[in-house]
Amino acid sequence: MTKKIHAIINGLPVEVQAGVTILDAARQVSVHIPTLCKHPDLDATAACGICIVRVKGTAKMLRACCTPLEANMEITTEDPEIIQVRRSVIEMILSKHPNECLTCGRSQNCELQTLAAHFGLRQTHLDSIVPDLPLDETTHAVTLDPRKCITCGRCIQVCQQIQDVWALSFLQRGIDTRISAAGDIHLADSPCVRCGQCSAHCPTGAIVEYDDTEEVWEKLRDPEAFCVAQIAPAVRVAIGEAFDFPVGTNLTGKTYAALRRMGFKAVFDTNFGADLTIMEEAHEFIERFAHGKSVLPLVTSCCPAWVDFMEKFHSDIIPNFSSCKSPQAMVGSLAKTYFAEKNKIDPAKIFVVSIMPCTAKKFEILRSKEMSSSGYQDVDVSLTTRELARMIKQSGIDFHAVPEEQPDHLLGAYTGAGTIFGATGGVMEAALRTAHYLITGENPSRMEFHMTRGLQGIKEGEITVAGKTVRIAVAHGLGNVEKLLAKAREARAAGQDPPYHFVEVMACPGGCVGGGGQPYGVTDELRTKRAAGLYQEDQAGLWRCSHDNPYVQKLYEEYLGQPLGEKSEQLLHTTYRPRPTYHR
Amino acid sequence: MGRLTLQDLDARQGVQIQTFDKPWIKVGMSTCGLAAGADAVFNALVETIQSHSLDWRVTRTGCAGMCSMEPLVEFRVPGESPVMYGEMTPELARELVTQYADKHSLPDDHRVPGLAELAQAAGDPPRTGPRQYRIVMRNCGVIDPENIDEYIDRGGYQALKKVLSSMTPEQVIEELKTSGLRGRGGAGFPVWSKWKMTRASIGDEHFIICNGDEGDPGAYMDRSVLEGDPHAVVEGMIIGGYVIGAQTGFFYIRAEYPLAIERIEKAIKQARAAGLLGSNILGANFSFNIEVRLGAGAFVCGEETALIASVEGKRGTPSPRPPYPSVRGLWKQPTMINNVETLANITQVLLHGGRWFAGIGSGKSTGTKVFAVTGKVKYSGLVEIPMGMTLREVVEEICGGTASGGPIKAVQTGGPSGGLIPADKLDTPITYEHLQQLGSIMGSGGMIVMDETDSVVELSRFYLGFCVDESCGKCAPCRIGGTQILRLLNNIADGKGKEEDLVTIRRMAHAMQKASLCGLGQTAPNPILSALRYYEHEFRERLVPAHK
Repeated sequence: MTKKIHAIINGLPVEVQAGVTILDAARQVSVHIPTLCKHPDLDATAACGICIVRVKGTAKMLRACCTPLEANMEITTEDPEIIQVRRSVIEMILSKHPNECLTCGRSQNCELQTLAAHFGLRQTHLDSIVPDLPLDETTHAVTLDPRKCITCGRCIQVCQQIQDVWALSFLQRGIDTRISAAGDIHLADSPCVRCGQCSAHCPTGAIVEYDDTEEVWEKLRDPEAFCVAQIAPAVRVAIGEAFDFPVGTNLTGKTYAALRRMGFKAVFDTNFGADLTIMEEAHEFIERFAHGKSVLPLVTSCCPAWVDFMEKFHSDIIPNFSSCKSPQAMVGSLAKTYFAEKNKIDPAKIFVVSIMPCTAKKFEILRSKEMSSSGYQDVDVSLTTRELARMIKQSGIDFHAVPEEQPDHLLGAYTGAGTIFGATGGVMEAALRTAHYLITGENPSRMEFHMTRGLQGIKEGEITVAGKTVRIAVAHGLGNVEKLLAKAREARAAGQDPPYHFVEVMACPGGCVGGGGQPYGVTDELRTKRAAGLYQEDQAGLWRCSHDNPYVQKLYEEYLGQPLGEKSEQLLHTTYRPRPTYHR
Repeated sequence: MGRLTLQDLDARQGVQIQTFDKPWIKVGMSTCGLAAGADAVFNALVETIQSHSLDWRVTRTGCAGMCSMEPLVEFRVPGESPVMYGEMTPELARELVTQYADKHSLPDDHRVPGLAELAQAAGDPPRTGPRQYRIVMRNCGVIDPENIDEYIDRGGYQALKKVLSSMTPEQVIEELKTSGLRGRGGAGFPVWSKWKMTRASIGDEHFIICNGDEGDPGAYMDRSVLEGDPHAVVEGMIIGGYVIGAQTGFFYIRAEYPLAIERIEKAIKQARAAGLLGSNILGANFSFNIEVRLGAGAFVCGEETALIASVEGKRGTPSPRPPYPSVRGLWKQPTMINNVETLANITQVLLHGGRWFAGIGSGKSTGTKVFAVTGKVKYSGLVEIPMGMTLREVVEEICGGTASGGPIKAVQTGGPSGGLIPADKLDTPITYEHLQQLGSIMGSGGMIVMDETDSVVELSRFYLGFCVDESCGKCAPCRIGGTQILRLLNNIADGKGKEEDLVTIRRMAHAMQKASLCGLGQTAPNPILSALRYYEHEFRERLVPAHK
């Protein structure tokens, strides 16, 4: 049992566990200490100097973000001197930050802008000393504007510690300190896997998603183009945050409606692609698990940042990888083949836009030749949730009032299994439901596999199906992958049974609900609420197993034949190759 | 030399007066001496002695302190008082040898009175020499730093022997507590307390690090000790390792100190060969090794947490404390970081006792402090004085006042973290507390003397510019605040400043002090604030007149 600490904050008694910081302790008594650099996901870097507080008996002011509350401390979080120091520090930061709020990707959603507004700085006594530094847009997934960086270090922490990618670092020192790809190369040449967690954690507009909306507007204006859209599972429970809906509100129907009003001629759902992924992947699993074809564990492949990470750092496990394309890619290829054929539309004119919680999807649509399996680029543009929210606002759509609509069912009907793809463990849970059916001929009696749910970094478990034990593992946050792989490699080297039969990996903490393209301000609380929105939809739905999706069944009957059949392989599967970095 | 045993050290107990039966010439060959041409002098001496077929001894030694007179050469003849020569040249060196060989007399020119006696006086226990008091520098300029035998002859490794054979770690800590020894890196934290806390911390392993990242402009005390008496620091570290339960120690020395690095590496090698490092040191159940790590040129790496990051191979930036290194330091293990001068004091405290040490100095500032006195002073160099001595005694009496003979304007102590002390306050005793009251600090030992020709505005600009260059860039107040204040200051220096700029400077400096993460940012405004405190008129003289 940890020790309890009693102290006083602004005259209010507070009791916390030993080790809790002054910042967190203050929240318990409804005292908000401002900070720019501390993010709840990350260790304190103590970089901004805004959260200083006064502790009775010490001359120094201490940082609330990284100072643990000690017994009997008497803390003052606001007094005229503290506020003056904070105002001065904000003034300093603003003097090195471009005055470009009106054209900035984070305007109205910027932590620095908000802080400056709260402190009401009306004039500055310092000259502007913004350096002239170029943008790095080379990834076409995230845009890095080092001029807007306040060097809080969050992006670097998330890139190094949470994601274990080590693409970003600080270069130079003092006033010249700037963020960059390590070694001052282009981000696209670095180990960056485009997960976008840097942008999700950036307090300012220094790292934002690469904006593809212009291209989409252009196509929507083009009378020749047949624009179709698809929305990913995690988008529906997060987009509402941009319109002040309660976190986790499921806005699927309104999003369909908004897309149609913007001019999309067909609106699909990536959940359909998720169901289809499960059909293919579950069959792949049965082939390996029951029939001994190829190696175990089978590892999921629907997360593009994970695929990129694996190709860069862990290419020895390519044989373990599911060859399934991601759901968005499957919907893309079918839109330009199956859908085009059935509706007699020239696939050359179809323009597929995917709305994703993700910045890495922008890279995925171009990652290999299999991404053009329809004969055309299967998905033309991938937008993030944030970009869609902006487009809806530009379109003058009253998102609160717009009536809900249905998708175009051919590639839009979906089951709860597809929906839960958006949360960590969801792919595993959906696959287990169908694998159970494939092994036993029956759906599982309980649909929920709770061992796969929740925000624990690594989730392990086993289930028994028809007397056979299936060992599974789920990891999210790329930094957690290493441990799983080490176990698998060890067993392989020793010639032992694999520790797992099936492994799910999602690059972003929380899975896609916490994706790098989701509305800003992500915390574990938000991740949990967004995931809850998905699980609710799954629970309330008519169909909860991918193989029960009548439109998926219809697709196999009318077009694909069978899972892992020739046509499926051609349209729905891909290959991998090692892509080592720093080898140029 | 083979492995030493306790008995070997017993046999060499007590400080041996360096005995010799033939003429012995010592050449000061630390960085200061070498820069002044000591190498050529050394070679000239050797050649001349050989050409005259003389059986004399010529050895290298460290810096005796009077750097302005380098190259320094000490001439010792059996039965006679040693004579120190300054500003030696190869020609003079040849003449010296020839004259003594031919006539048994020594030239009168270039003699530096008192210095040889001072070096010689650093005996057992160190006693007051002429005003200076040498504990830390007791061997500097006396022994050959590359020869462990000369160190042992002067009582070297006796403290280690004493500790390992008769003292528990707790007893060592108790002795340090009695001594009142405080950290010499600048902050003056009680040494015993740091040792005790690190010892008490739980970890897989404990580490000790010697902070040799001396970086204050004009300060080179630590370099001279590392170059002049490396074994004293090594021995201090071994004892520290024993006390806190470490098996590995690191010397973190800035790469700009190649000679210090070379001599420490040699000392480590010699100590290892003598069995003073390695397994079961002096037969005790204690094993300890030392490695050297080089700093890559960042001033901030003298800050403990940044230093640790640097040793770990990471970008050298500070991290928040707590956790303090004594709890969670190098590779997340309990780590004790001591400055060079601190470690050089350890052996003497333990050999002569904490009470003896506490009797030197003044109040809570016990023992001596080494200062590097530079600037407009007649004799620049290193002085070691008992704390409590006044600034005036150091600057005017030991160092001869200003070079021009004119009045002193101010003395700057504490380097870029310190402040100015105006001439009318020179009778202040040098203690941690007194200097702080004046708005400066003890710091690591830089002392810059200014005369009336020096501009306070320019000095402020210099120090702030230094901190701006050396800011690691991690925290906003230091990174941006320093740059902005410097811009305003440059404006004032250029005659373009306005009244309100002084207000902004003070406000930003205050924010930097309060909101910077580490000592660099917190103290970087000190020089300008103390300059404004005592010499605001000099800044005002340069402002744009309010009404035209």
